[in-house]
Amino acid sequence: MATEHMETSTGLDNRKLLMWLFLGSECLFFGSFISAFLLYRDRSVTGPYAKDLYDIPFTSVSSFVLLMSSLSMVLALAAIQRGDIRGMRIWLLTTSVLGMLFLGGQAFEFTEFYREGLTLHTNMFGTTFFVLTGFHGAHVTVGVLILMSLFSASFKGKLKQEDSLNVELAGLYWHFVDIVWIIIFTLVYLVQ
Amino acid sequence: MASVTVAPKRVTMAGAMRQLREEAGTYKGFWSWIATVDHKRIGVLYGATAFVFFLVGGIEALLIRVQLAKPGADFLSPDQYNRIFTMHGTTMVFLVVMPLSAAFFNLLVPLMIGARDVAFPRMNAFSFWLFLFGGIFLNASFFLPSHGNFLKGDLGAPDGGWFGYAPLTLNRFSPGNGIDFWMLGLNVLGVASLAGGFNFVVTILNMRAPGMSLFRMPLFVWMTLVTSFLLIFAMPIIAVALFELSFDRLFGANFFNAAAGGTPLLWQHMFWLFGHPEVYILILPAMGIVSEILPTFARKPLFGYPFVVFSGVAIGFMSWGVWAHHMYTTGLGSVANSAFGVSTILISIPTGVKIFNWMATLWGGSIRFTTPLYFSVGFIAMFTIGGLTGVTHSIVPTDYQQQDTYYIVAHFHQVLFGGALFGLFGGIYYWFPKFTGRMMSEGWGKLQFWLMFIGFNLTFQPMMILGLLGMPRRVQTYPDGYGWGFWNMMATVGAFTIAVSILVFMWNVVYSLRKGAVAGPDPWDARTLEWSIPSPPPPYNFAEIPQVHGLDDFWHKKYTEDASGRPVPVAAGASDSAPEHGEEHADGHGIHMPSPSYFPVIAALGPPIIATGLIYDMAIAAVGAFVLVVGLYGWALEPATEPAE
Repeated sequence: MATEHMETSTGLDNRKLLMWLFLGSECLFFGSFISAFLLYRDRSVTGPYAKDLYDIPFTSVSSFVLLMSSLSMVLALAAIQRGDIRGMRIWLLTTSVLGMLFLGGQAFEFTEFYREGLTLHTNMFGTTFFVLTGFHGAHVTVGVLILMSLFSASFKGKLKQEDSLNVELAGLYWHFVDIVWIIIFTLVYLVQ
Repeated sequence: MASVTVAPKRVTMAGAMRQLREEAGTYKGFWSWIATVDHKRIGVLYGATAFVFFLVGGIEALLIRVQLAKPGADFLSPDQYNRIFTMHGTTMVFLVVMPLSAAFFNLLVPLMIGARDVAFPRMNAFSFWLFLFGGIFLNASFFLPSHGNFLKGDLGAPDGGWFGYAPLTLNRFSPGNGIDFWMLGLNVLGVASLAGGFNFVVTILNMRAPGMSLFRMPLFVWMTLVTSFLLIFAMPIIAVALFELSFDRLFGANFFNAAAGGTPLLWQHMFWLFGHPEVYILILPAMGIVSEILPTFARKPLFGYPFVVFSGVAIGFMSWGVWAHHMYTTGLGSVANSAFGVSTILISIPTGVKIFNWMATLWGGSIRFTTPLYFSVGFIAMFTIGGLTGVTHSIVPTDYQQQDTYYIVAHFHQVLFGGALFGLFGGIYYWFPKFTGRMMSEGWGKLQFWLMFIGFNLTFQPMMILGLLGMPRRVQTYPDGYGWGFWNMMATVGAFTIAVSILVFMWNVVYSLRKGAVAGPDPWDARTLEWSIPSPPPPYNFAEIPQVHGLDDFWHKKYTEDASGRPVPVAAGASDSAPEHGEEHADGHGIHMPSPSYFPVIAALGPPIIATGLIYDMAIAAVGAFVLVVGLYGWALEPATEPAE
């Protein structure tokens, strides 16, 4: 599978190195929001509080959906690497559908919380929760857009076996966003 | 190239775009600058833009000094004064020193490592345009007061200081749009810096010429690498702080609202966790420049190259552990204060290592006293004073006395102006011949140095005294009878002396561009790869990618050493540094350079439009988002290099 790479000093493709650096930077980005959430965890002066609102079984299911999308992402990359464009399409589509399911779950959760009286300015929980999970949701949305762009590019013949790096980069981003969600789910939902 | 002018019969979007690209590829005319992806042109754009902002920030400084020259003055109202000192600080940090350093990264890094361009040329253009548009957006706030009239002296600019401490910056205490422009503008500029940081790390790690191992890289490249890593990890932190502030101001969130349980200290922690690496982002590039200039004019290798490299890397790591020394008086407790005091003292060690290495580089050298060397020696002296005054702040009880006085103002100008700007000016004198093909006038250059050096000391040493006499910073005026009047007047005289030195510099640039002596490829008899190619360098930089055999490879191609270690020219004519050209590449033919592109400019227009929309009308934000998406998609779908016919 000799994919054609530009010679680089480290042997790592420029774009892959860029993606790793970007993800390193993103760690600080989410780290800062998560720190703010943890700092303000017990500082809300009025309700509704986290414990009144969380529906852990529901969020567990949507977290599971997002985790499974990482599996389908791996399968999409494996498919294009062995030249199976059709398989790649199926798994890319699966991944983005799972991502959209997760986003739907988040939209549902946000509406539920809003109905029970939680807004950005109700209390510290509302402020930190909506902004942190909202930024994560925005990242998932961007990921879905990237996956759909790859999906449609494959029909124009612009995504062939030798372009597998494109799928790999999208995959790196997607897995990162998943890992961030595991951390958020643990620290924001489960640890109380 | 004659066929370029033939217009396509059916004008399609793609066809028009292709034609524009072809015209831009000819390196002539206005549009070739807009669409350029050449790192050297982007470097020139960065430098020129930053210099314009330098004049703006300098005029703001002069306004401040006029107001403070005498006690009880009312040249500026308190409101105007707050806005002007805020914009002075913000401009000098984000629109002058950072982009001037970025100009040097762009101009030099590919040349020093033997590459034809940066790793991501279009992303490089995107960073520049985003910086330009972000800077314009930030400064447009002057003319846009939320109510009132600019012409009647009602300014709309931010008024919360360059550090923007919350909750002062919340709607309740800072009504109007000034802070909105500040927080959104800085986020736009932050994205530009991030893109630059990514680009230079990848370029330095991945694009080195064969043989250019990490420990054969010029010091400036090392410092660029450290700075870029700092940018990558520091900018997201300030981005989050600014996002939190934006949510508080625009959408009623509570991050810094104490009544709802928020804490103002969160802002300070995040701002300084960004802010302290930031000060090294400002100074490390200048340190890199000085580390290039000194060996050239001492005609000796840099003393203790690995020590200087490792101390730079150590500074990069340690800069993450000192931020709370900005916050001693906020009540963190004596354990935290002591810990940060110790870490702050420790970070002065690698800095001191560098200073001693620079002095040892000069020691015993056969020194040529040129303008770049003047500025470099000025840098060492002024930066040492700045560093030592910094050590006095690290001592907690002393700092309690100095907090918020002019002593602090004197200290950070001593490192940012006496340090960073002296180094950057030295760099301009040093590399001007490389990129213009002409030498700058030594006479005017030395005049500028002395005016700037005297003016600088006249401005900032009195501020040390003022601070110790107890004059607080950020005050619009002060009463008579404290003994502050004399020193303030002196500082004002100094500031205008600096202004004169800048006029001399501008004259020198204009004069030298027209009448300067023709430089040739290697006017300083220097050591690094950029001097092995013609001045100005051709678009493709190296006709043949160089093969590197050691540190200061170019020097060792010119000189060998005799028994006593003195440099001896290798052979007659060897100092004629034109490299041997491979046959097919001698005129740059057959080298595939990245094609010019308009999409970076288009994409970069998006974020400032979104920011404007967030302040005035969400519909405008939607337009901005559309522009951004169009720019990014066009960029992604356009091939980076036009396929050969």
